[in-house]
Amino acid sequence: MKFNIYDLSSFTSSINQTLMENCSPFWAVTIEMVLVGIAILSFYAIVGLYLVYAERKVCAFMQCRVGPNRVGPYGFFQTIADLIKLLMKELIPIKNADKFLFNLAPFIVIIASFMALAAIPFAKGLHAIDFNIGIFYVMAVTSIGVIGILLAGWSSNNKYSLIGAMRSGAQIVSYELSVGLSLVTIVILSGSLQLSTIVEAQRDGWFLFTGHIPALIAFLVFLVAATAETNRGPFDLAEAESELTAGFHTEYSGIKFAFFFLAEYMNMFIVASIAATMFLGGWMPLHVGGWEAFNNIMDFVPPFFWYIGKTAVVIFIMMWFKWTFPRLRIDQLLTLEWKYLLPINLVNIIIMSFVVLMGWHF
Amino acid sequence: MSIHEIMFFLFAGMIILFSILTVTSRRILRAATYLLFVLISTSGIYFMLNYQFLAAVQLTLYAGGIVVIIIFSILLTSHINHRFEKIELKKSIFTIIAVAAGAILSISTILSYNFNTKVLVTENPDMQLIGTSLLSYGKNGYVLPFEVISILLLAAMFGSIVIAKKEKSK
Repeated sequence: MKFNIYDLSSFTSSINQTLMENCSPFWAVTIEMVLVGIAILSFYAIVGLYLVYAERKVCAFMQCRVGPNRVGPYGFFQTIADLIKLLMKELIPIKNADKFLFNLAPFIVIIASFMALAAIPFAKGLHAIDFNIGIFYVMAVTSIGVIGILLAGWSSNNKYSLIGAMRSGAQIVSYELSVGLSLVTIVILSGSLQLSTIVEAQRDGWFLFTGHIPALIAFLVFLVAATAETNRGPFDLAEAESELTAGFHTEYSGIKFAFFFLAEYMNMFIVASIAATMFLGGWMPLHVGGWEAFNNIMDFVPPFFWYIGKTAVVIFIMMWFKWTFPRLRIDQLLTLEWKYLLPINLVNIIIMSFVVLMGWHF
Repeated sequence: MSIHEIMFFLFAGMIILFSILTVTSRRILRAATYLLFVLISTSGIYFMLNYQFLAAVQLTLYAGGIVVIIIFSILLTSHINHRFEKIELKKSIFTIIAVAAGAILSISTILSYNFNTKVLVTENPDMQLIGTSLLSYGKNGYVLPFEVISILLLAAMFGSIVIAKKEKSK
């Protein structure tokens, strides 16, 4: 089995070949699906756990504290201990709740983020499914997650949950527009929806630089709208703890609560990796046209680490937002979307189309 | 059975099961959830046919759009303990007879019709083809329906804003 860290497609295709030689196509496809599923599931769990750890450390850093530092070196195993605690906690059944929907809701939220992860290119050749409509598929799948939140809020039979769910519904439905339109700006520049083509097109320069002014505006709008769409602070009205105890997941306990928690962090990871793929070149190393030696040095870093690094930078910016801005009111939130972000976005699309038509991009 | 047949029967079974549950459920939000499953299974069939664009449209518009609006309006209006009335036995028997008659009629029509099927596997139409044919006014162009629908949607949006707008207190 060949393993080349710079191009994993030879590795994945050699696995495919071995399976195809040893069993029927039906079983080969089934085994491949199970393998991909296990890989994504374990990636999901590890990333989710360490994002929680990162959030606590970043929060501590912003507030001049140390953060978790008891379990393992620098508190590195803190979140694993937390997970074990959550797994052993009692699942409290709610007497007057709609039991079926109450139990279904966390799964809808987590499946939506899980499906989006399948279409994201992690490295060259490490891409579970490369749709022709890649970025549209990711948008479509992530839009289902809000249904889980709405169901959770309603079926808990609790006023706080219901208010939290309705706030979150209004928020996600409006901010989805801005996320979609800012991505459309980049799609105009790239001329494709396929994620592998988009990454390949950024070989000689990331879209953030080649698309200059309109791409920069789209990137800023995307960051704000994506933070709002994942229900993170300063837009975390759905779970505003000072007014709504815990919002839509007030009644959840144990592992069901952990599902919501994990899905929230994974949604942040997904929007960060979309930002990295669409604006910052995905797994492509930083290349500057004409600088041969510099480009060769950059090529030494494996694509997967480029991808993780860029995603980590975007995630850090989103955490920075959360711990430095005060929470918005619901009317301010809707004003920001409908009166500022949406018109800026629409004008920006026209500017981008003009730039692409005139050939003013690099 | 090939993997495609297994998947087809899986999706078809889910669609039938959840469609029946949608209309028989006595709790309104559960009915909406079952409807969501029907729509998602339908998009699964589109994915199986390799028509990814329509599948994603189905997911965004129906599952992520219309069902969200339905659930949102249920959240605003309905209480959790509310149940629809139980249907009388006589009514339900007549309903079953009517449904069975309709099903037999349509299934027998579909089965007797001679579809001109080709074994040829249809290519997945890529986004550029869909985009250009939506906006072209030549043969196979859809620019007129596209614009008519846009104006209709704009009119509907204006209408809803005018209805929802509060009058200024004098």
